[in-house]
Amino acid sequence: MTELLSFEKSRPNVHAPRLPEADVAAAQPADLVPRELLRSQQPALPRLSEPEVMRHYSKLASMNYSISEQFYPLGSCTMKYNPVANEAAAALPGFADLHPYQEEDSVQGALELMWRLEQALCAVVGVDRVTLQPAAGAHGEWTALRMIQAFHHSRGEARTEVLVPDSAHGTNPASAALSGFQVVEVASAPNGRISLADLESKLSSRVAALMLTNPNTLGLFERDILDIAELVHNTGAKLYYDGANLNAFMGVCRPGDMGFDAVHMNLHKTFTTPHGGGGPGAGPVGVKADLVPFLPTPTVERTNGHLKLDFKRPQSIGRVRSFYGNFGMLVRAYTYIVAMGGDGLTQASLDAVLGANYLRKRIEGQLDLPHDGPCMHEFVASARNLAPNGIKALDVAKGLLERDFYAPTIYFPLVVPEAIMVEPTETESKPTLDAFAAAIAEIVKEAKEEPEKLHHEPHSLPVGRLDEVATARAINAYLQGQSEDPILRWKPLRKEPC
Amino acid sequence: MPYLVHSPEERAEMLAAIGIDSMEDLLVDIPGSLRIPRLELPNGLSEFETMAQIRSLAARNRVFSDRLTFRGGGVYRRFIPAAVAAVTSKPEFYTAYTPYQPEASQGTLQAIYEFQTLIAELTALDVANASLYDGATAVAEAAMMASVHTGRKEVLVVGYLHPEYLDVLRAFGEGRGIMVKKGSEPTAKTAAVIFQQPDFLGLLVDAPELTKRAHDMGAVAIACVDPISLAVLAPPGEYGADIAVGEGQQLGLSPSYGGPHVGFIACRKDLVRRLPGRLIGTSHDAQGRRGFVLTLTAREQHIRREKATSNICTNHSLCALAASVYMTYMGAEGMRHIADVSFKRAHALAEKLAALPGWELAFPERQFFNEFPIRVPKPAAVNRKLARKGILGGLDVHRWFRELNGVLTFTCTEVNDASAIDELVEAVSS
Amino acid sequence: MAGRQYTKSHEWLTVEGKTVTVGITEFAQSQLGDVVFLELPNPGRKLEAEESFGVVESVKAASDLYAPVSGRVAEVNDKLAAKPELINSDPYGDGWILKLDLTGELPQDLMDEAAYKKFTESQT
Repeated sequence: MTELLSFEKSRPNVHAPRLPEADVAAAQPADLVPRELLRSQQPALPRLSEPEVMRHYSKLASMNYSISEQFYPLGSCTMKYNPVANEAAAALPGFADLHPYQEEDSVQGALELMWRLEQALCAVVGVDRVTLQPAAGAHGEWTALRMIQAFHHSRGEARTEVLVPDSAHGTNPASAALSGFQVVEVASAPNGRISLADLESKLSSRVAALMLTNPNTLGLFERDILDIAELVHNTGAKLYYDGANLNAFMGVCRPGDMGFDAVHMNLHKTFTTPHGGGGPGAGPVGVKADLVPFLPTPTVERTNGHLKLDFKRPQSIGRVRSFYGNFGMLVRAYTYIVAMGGDGLTQASLDAVLGANYLRKRIEGQLDLPHDGPCMHEFVASARNLAPNGIKALDVAKGLLERDFYAPTIYFPLVVPEAIMVEPTETESKPTLDAFAAAIAEIVKEAKEEPEKLHHEPHSLPVGRLDEVATARAINAYLQGQSEDPILRWKPLRKEPC
Repeated sequence: MPYLVHSPEERAEMLAAIGIDSMEDLLVDIPGSLRIPRLELPNGLSEFETMAQIRSLAARNRVFSDRLTFRGGGVYRRFIPAAVAAVTSKPEFYTAYTPYQPEASQGTLQAIYEFQTLIAELTALDVANASLYDGATAVAEAAMMASVHTGRKEVLVVGYLHPEYLDVLRAFGEGRGIMVKKGSEPTAKTAAVIFQQPDFLGLLVDAPELTKRAHDMGAVAIACVDPISLAVLAPPGEYGADIAVGEGQQLGLSPSYGGPHVGFIACRKDLVRRLPGRLIGTSHDAQGRRGFVLTLTAREQHIRREKATSNICTNHSLCALAASVYMTYMGAEGMRHIADVSFKRAHALAEKLAALPGWELAFPERQFFNEFPIRVPKPAAVNRKLARKGILGGLDVHRWFRELNGVLTFTCTEVNDASAIDELVEAVSS
Repeated sequence: MAGRQYTKSHEWLTVEGKTVTVGITEFAQSQLGDVVFLELPNPGRKLEAEESFGVVESVKAASDLYAPVSGRVAEVNDKLAAKPELINSDPYGDGWILKLDLTGELPQDLMDEAAYKKFTESQT
């Protein structure tokens, strides 16, 4: 069962909501604004009463999986529980109703929260300063690379290359290219870790940075990280940390100590801010002393208990977004950190590693496990053992959806064929992990005995598998003028004049 | 410890199942020299104590009531229907992941598809994307689209664009080798002409003329627009602009000290392939049921990698949902009413303030929408006086524009009732 | 007419006089999946050997297209705009991509059918 669009439920002359009247003596727009600056055709927004609006969205909500109901073993996404206390904190009027252009004296609490969050993140990852401005992980990544670029420029060096492992997430090369860098791939050794030999061969005075995540995207700790850091630093390049996998070792070790110069973090992964169906998140970046002058403007400074925004930063890379950051998400993350404390965060990482290894053991024999254990907080399996039955990773994923689990990450990392990347996180109980393992066993059995059945899953959700190819082709037909249906939006049959 | 789920017995069972004695066996790959004894952070607290700490931070902020807030500058106090929070606080929406598995994400996908349609309708353009971070980054993304489309490396900002949007545009441009110029005449090197309507001071610009100027030089016309004003003002599609961008905070989002808010971007058909970020389209399953799906993903960073137009890999989905609920609740008529009321109240306030001794409109010959610049004697003292009466006064724009010495911008929306306006005028006059 | 020859980036070409017809191979199309769009150059454009001249996009991937030889674009297969799926169904026939007027020599390292088959086997 799917749902009609709000536009399709719309009916003419349904009353608009009652809204305040102007109650002032003044001209209206038509009297003062020149004709050519006034709208001539009404926007075809739906006309629905409030009861219908509320029911519409309730129906939509019922068609979603979410972490509040389903286990999300998504590798590199750290889909852990979103504490409801965080929501209460962010909704406090003392945060929600603050205008960003209020005088600094009137927002000392907000600035103090940002400052304390910065201090806490510095402690977790081992850096000197943190910018809270970036709105998302990829945004933070780009910010870090810009700071590194500015650093090299300040020394009169125009380093044009960035090294990225072949197992890296696609945002890494995209962010590098966006900063005008040329991307050079570094090969993985057969054990899944970065190849030191290949790295050495690619390091040169042209290289601005090496981007790494640790553990890597296969869930394996880069044992040679200290050697890697030394190699990179010896050529004058900087080492960038992609924080997607930070949940693996909070309180156990710190990226800053490993030699990373810029440490990116995802508040919507490690620090529980909710995914919201795709955003908003926050991607703070921590830096060591060398990169501090290049931090985005403004920073939050604290002197004698008084906080202010510092706009006088001559070497800053500038602003990467309006205002100061996704403040509402900063409140949520800070609330989580206060609640967990150093002891709680440490135990969280330990439980994350334990859960992943336990689940990996339970999957053994069902799916292919290309790399030897132990893993850290996530592991990569492969569905290629099911290829003789005509089953791919995609089919396993859809089989899980059918069984009330959200699917793990599939087809990433690219270096493993038919990859299935699993990250349970510390907030999934052992019974849940066991149920997931049982579902996998059931799917593997079905793959071998009734693969056709698996090909048609899921069938108990509002829709089955969708024809994405037809959709993409239909859009191209529209863009080339061969079809009137835009696909990317609903279109009214006609427009009303204003 | 909060949010941790295993009992000691279960931890032991899991270790046994793995076939090891202790957690240390799982951490063998970490060099001993990197191990830390503990985090330099206080221990965790109960929820009660945590919330007490958080509340005390909130209490150190001064909250101005919405009716007595007259400061805008890109973020505005508006009536937010209860319906918005009722929907966005549904866990099925706010704890959902990105809709990569469409069968399990039809709620989010349909809601954002509706958002795309609403924005396309409001801007009168062909296609809108699933949202961006904010108005500032939306402007930057549009500039990059224009540069890729035309092959040119300069963008021209005409008039008073929000200074923070300009800063972000410059920061993004530097990484991409795109030069940002301010002026009024595009050249053959101009990829895009960018203007804001109403502008940062609230004044109306000749958008059709600026669009024509851009097109005459083969440049893309990018209009940065106020979404509420579009209920009344000509939308970019009606005057032929190619790309519309803007900040959607006024569509049901709290000010929240600057974020999270939501950027929007819409464009004409022939620029759709250049659109950054996510796009949702209709699709069908084997039984012919209509569904919604993320599409044209090959444009995006995770596939194009270094060849993508942008690195944006996300949208502000929950904020776009809020905006969707707001626009659906209001309808065109509701939004028009809000825009009219805001216009009238701002004009009434402007007349009263301009009548005060020493106060004069900074650009009296220009029309404005619901925000206006006014030159006042001693702006800092004015705002201090207002603050003592619980009023958040005008925005001092001199901090960005040297030529606007003594100028404050004031805004009015439907939340500033007539008596609030009188309170403001009285407070200033006393 | 010489038989089909192949490049390491999975393009094929046939040569008739000074006209070189270019497409992508059966192996390439099977790796890509269903093609949904192609970004192609305009006739008249000059290409160097190994220069990237366009993109072929499927739902899950986008691959660059590389000129196997130096030449000027004489003709682009305009059927592909409306029917990109021809690349999948008939990569060597109706799914041809463009015709170049050859300038200079053919490269030395093109593969014949047998060599290309071996090459693709080593890739999987």
